[in-house]
Amino acid sequence: MKKKFQYILITLLGVIIFSCEYDNYEEPNSQFDGRIVYQGEPLNVSFNDVYFELWEPGWQLQYPINVAVDQDGSFSSLLFSANYKLVLPSSQGPYKSIFNSDANSDTILVNLTGNKTMDIEVLPYYMVRNANFSNSGRTVTSTFGLEQIITDADAKNVERVNLYISKTAFVDTRTSISTMEINGSDISDLNNIILSTDVPDLIPTQNYVFARVGVKIEGVEDMLFSTIEKIQL
Amino acid sequence: MKKYILTILIIISLSAGCNDDFLDREPTDILLEDQVWSDEGLILSVLTDLYNRYHDIQQITAWAEYTNFDEAFASNFGNYWRHQFQDYSYDWWGLWDYGYVRELNLFIQKAESTTQIKPEAQERFIAEARFLRAALYFEHVKRVGGVPIILDPLEYDFSGDPTYLQFPRNKEHEVYDFVISELEEIKDILPNDGNIKSRATKGLALAMVSRAALYAGSIAKYGATTPQVSTPGGEVGIPLSMAEGYYQKALSSAQELINDGNYALYRKKDNLSENFASLFLDEDGNSEIIFVKDYKEKGVTHGFTIDAIPRSLREENIAGGNINVSLNLVQSFEYLDNTFSEIKTIDEATGNYIYYDDPIEAFEGRDARLAGTVILPGSTYRGKQVDIWAGYQLADGSIISADQLGGRAVLPGNTVESQVVGYDGPVDQLESSAQSGFYVRKFNDLDVGSGQRGTGSDVWWVRYRYAEVLLNAAEAAFELGNTSVALPYINEVRQRAGFSTDLGAGDLTFDRIVHERKVELAFEGHILFDMKRWRLAHKVWNGEYTELTNNPGIANEPSTRVFALWPYKIYDPGNPNDGKWIFKEVLPSVVNNAHRFRMGNYYSNIGEGIRNANPKIVKNPNQ
Repeated sequence: MKKKFQYILITLLGVIIFSCEYDNYEEPNSQFDGRIVYQGEPLNVSFNDVYFELWEPGWQLQYPINVAVDQDGSFSSLLFSANYKLVLPSSQGPYKSIFNSDANSDTILVNLTGNKTMDIEVLPYYMVRNANFSNSGRTVTSTFGLEQIITDADAKNVERVNLYISKTAFVDTRTSISTMEINGSDISDLNNIILSTDVPDLIPTQNYVFARVGVKIEGVEDMLFSTIEKIQL
Repeated sequence: MKKYILTILIIISLSAGCNDDFLDREPTDILLEDQVWSDEGLILSVLTDLYNRYHDIQQITAWAEYTNFDEAFASNFGNYWRHQFQDYSYDWWGLWDYGYVRELNLFIQKAESTTQIKPEAQERFIAEARFLRAALYFEHVKRVGGVPIILDPLEYDFSGDPTYLQFPRNKEHEVYDFVISELEEIKDILPNDGNIKSRATKGLALAMVSRAALYAGSIAKYGATTPQVSTPGGEVGIPLSMAEGYYQKALSSAQELINDGNYALYRKKDNLSENFASLFLDEDGNSEIIFVKDYKEKGVTHGFTIDAIPRSLREENIAGGNINVSLNLVQSFEYLDNTFSEIKTIDEATGNYIYYDDPIEAFEGRDARLAGTVILPGSTYRGKQVDIWAGYQLADGSIISADQLGGRAVLPGNTVESQVVGYDGPVDQLESSAQSGFYVRKFNDLDVGSGQRGTGSDVWWVRYRYAEVLLNAAEAAFELGNTSVALPYINEVRQRAGFSTDLGAGDLTFDRIVHERKVELAFEGHILFDMKRWRLAHKVWNGEYTELTNNPGIANEPSTRVFALWPYKIYDPGNPNDGKWIFKEVLPSVVNNAHRFRMGNYYSNIGEGIRNANPKIVKNPNQ
């Protein structure tokens, strides 16, 4: 019996000593960070909605790596070092990709060796300008302007603008607890839009909310937003 | 001597071993192709297998799929996630079944070349396989848009280069055109007999043409409102100019079926609600049914009733009560004077609860299909009353309830415990209890034993029936601007549901048609495809936490979460309202997310594996 126990101990010891190397592949360790920008200014979008694709050429089967874009236009992905082709799918984001001469198309070549921070320049249909938020009591008011960036044949109209109020820092149509909406056709002056809405009673009570305004562009699924503002009630 | 024996043995073994058919024997465990294709019975069993592989999404053998949208709540722990996700995945409802396509093509090829069977039988077999192939392409185009139309079994030559087997996607309208023309070619070969329900008939071919043409027509018409749901090559999206042609086709084939006179609305019972429920259960000379997947007692059965039977009447120890029809659907059934209203719980004049003597009164005066589709509180199933009530409400408004079915508690002024919640619930978060306040009646078998695992239910799964054809005709005629043709068709369906006042020319709107299909065809697998073809899905399931609409007759009202209606008894001895019933609209606490149907959901994702194997396949839009 005692001997048996010794054997078990020795076996266990062997397992512990030699089984440390549980993985013989290196983990991805190149951090790829950046923002989706227009002239250096980040574009705000809704969470879990917008992504772009990274393709690594040279493999027999092609599967893209989808990189999600956060609410403030930033992205971050842990990858293997390689040469990637960055593709902005046409259905993603309230913007269009820009032609670049390196790839002779709108594909962006990304040479990833170690960590890299890179902003991706795109052409948005609109930009939210001078968004201001204020509140009196439980009424939140926002004034902002819209600058139309794409004005050529691809120009698109504003379908509607919304002011969204949310309990958390995730603010869009899905999380909104109170919203004010104006149809695009009812906007008289794009440079001066005023939206206001009342904050309902919150359970459990909290004395702050988050707000931002969003623009829905005709024929474009993803909305464009202002930055998120925390409002003390 | 030994030597001779050896020589003789060698000679014998050599001569015997050369016998030609020693190794060449007929197998005894499988049937060979020649054997199959010379016997009608065996061919029929091959065909039966092909019929069995017909694709459905929502159906009685997959009850949980009924709860994906806003029609029902899944009172089952493993399916709560259906109320807790936000985005429908792009892969959901995808289909790429070219294995089935190939076997249908092989069947057609073999059936065409056989000379061993009677020509009439041969013709019918070929027509049936072509029907199944058309149905399969219809299913593909509904789910993923245009797909390559392959009409011959493809063979790989093992040359290392498969490019000659790679075909690009056909345009969406080309697939619809194929389905329609194929069905029109075979419709007169198939028997024109309304009594054949589980095999292809002329009526079925016409019904499918009318459905397919209607889908194509509405995609052309309403697709114009969502221009981004299209591809440059037309694999997704149908030009607006084709809408009229498709609507005409939908109308003319529906009319041909109607004029053939083989089918009629089911009207065997005087009680219209019972009649409507019975329409799905009665397999004896049912004039309305066009095509079913049939089941057989003591043979092939399914477990729908095991899962759907009210909890208090269950026939297995732990089962039943899983499908809770949502208040969203219940309130969509209109009043018999053709008006819409939410279920009345509050007296508008006083702001107090409405006190009902009997819970069933809250649903009185509505469309007979309501009680025919839904097991309401206070109604009966298999002759026994269901026990749906959430608790007692006291004079001060407080609630006395319990957390288990039929739970007991001491009421004020009493000393002994009494029952304070129904044996069917609702108890929040307790599976099998009627968490929405309702159970489903459609397809729920009345035969004793059908709720037991050992026996199961033999109720058939109805894929095509006459009322849908009437609604197809009504919709097509309406879209063609021909209201006077549309009205008799839709009114015929509504009269069967108990409406004595027909809709007039001014009443027939797009919203009316959307609504009529929603209530008539609930739980028959139509809701997803209807909402898709009308391009309403992204408006109705828009991801917003909207409250339940008070305008159930409006087609694009958001409905992203399933709501519940809970009955309470009043406990207030001495008060005239004591023992009466009130109702409260609640959101089951399991429902914590609002469904969002994105533009990319209109056509399901074709996986990267398929696109890698065939680079000619283009991706679906907005994904």
